[in-house]
Amino acid sequence: MIWPAIIIGSLGAYLLKLSGYVIPERVLDNERLRRLTALLPVALLAALVAVQTFSTGTQLQLDARIAGLAAAIVALALRAPFLVVVIVAAITAAVLRATGLAP
Amino acid sequence: MSFGAIAGASGLDVWQTQALSLGMFTGASQFALVGVLGAGGGALAAVLTALLLGARNSLYALSLRPFLTSNAPAPWWQLLVRAQLTIDESTAMAIRYPAGSRRARHAFWSTGVAIFVLWNLGTLIGALGAAALDDPRTLGLDAAVPAGFIALLWPRLRDRSTIALALVSAAVATALVPFLQPGLPVLSAALVALVAERVLARRAA
Repeated sequence: MIWPAIIIGSLGAYLLKLSGYVIPERVLDNERLRRLTALLPVALLAALVAVQTFSTGTQLQLDARIAGLAAAIVALALRAPFLVVVIVAAITAAVLRATGLAP
Repeated sequence: MSFGAIAGASGLDVWQTQALSLGMFTGASQFALVGVLGAGGGALAAVLTALLLGARNSLYALSLRPFLTSNAPAPWWQLLVRAQLTIDESTAMAIRYPAGSRRARHAFWSTGVAIFVLWNLGTLIGALGAAALDDPRTLGLDAAVPAGFIALLWPRLRDRSTIALALVSAAVATALVPFLQPGLPVLSAALVALVAERVLARRAA
């Protein structure tokens, strides 16, 4: 089911981009839609952060990923670039696991 | 690079990972698609999450229209390429210049093409690196996934209401994890955003 998701997802993402150029302006240009498309990434990304940190499958699980997330937040507060944030989180989790401090 | 590595850690092969960077080419949606698939979510939930995140590109295109028009109408193939290059970065660079100016068009195209090339190269390097690993957990790649998402989220937390929305969405999604199929708890955050939009609308009125 990975390839269908890639193909349909890519096609859909492209059509969304194209629609902004070809659909009559007044259809897309409304206050409610603007507000909602600004809020959707915030809600979905926050949910992804939480689910990917605190769960595995359908089980809540607390492990080294939490320390990784905390390290990422510190890096972001220090204005680290994207790649650094991701690497800091990975190293933090890897070190905690290697030393047996966290699963 | 981080996308390639994370996609690899989520179980995608190098071809699938590269196809996403070439075809989907919008960072947050790509991360979301592999994140949901990697967590055991269905293809439908993964695609829906990715497309809800990609909806903002549609409004970027809308606001770019006056910036990218010139006296001579663009050929149809140029419009098709322009659509694919419509992302956060190219939009942000183009709208710094006067609408319809040569500089605005130049900023859009040079940023869009440069990021497309770099993003795809980085994806390939990251994907090949992840493919060489036995267990992504020992390198902490499973912790890199939420770190990637919070790095994408961070610049969007502009005021109290967006921070509140982020916290509520995170709490609702986490609380639903034991009760729903993987993938659906994340999608439930779209409903939280719908409610938040109504609350903000009422406050603005």
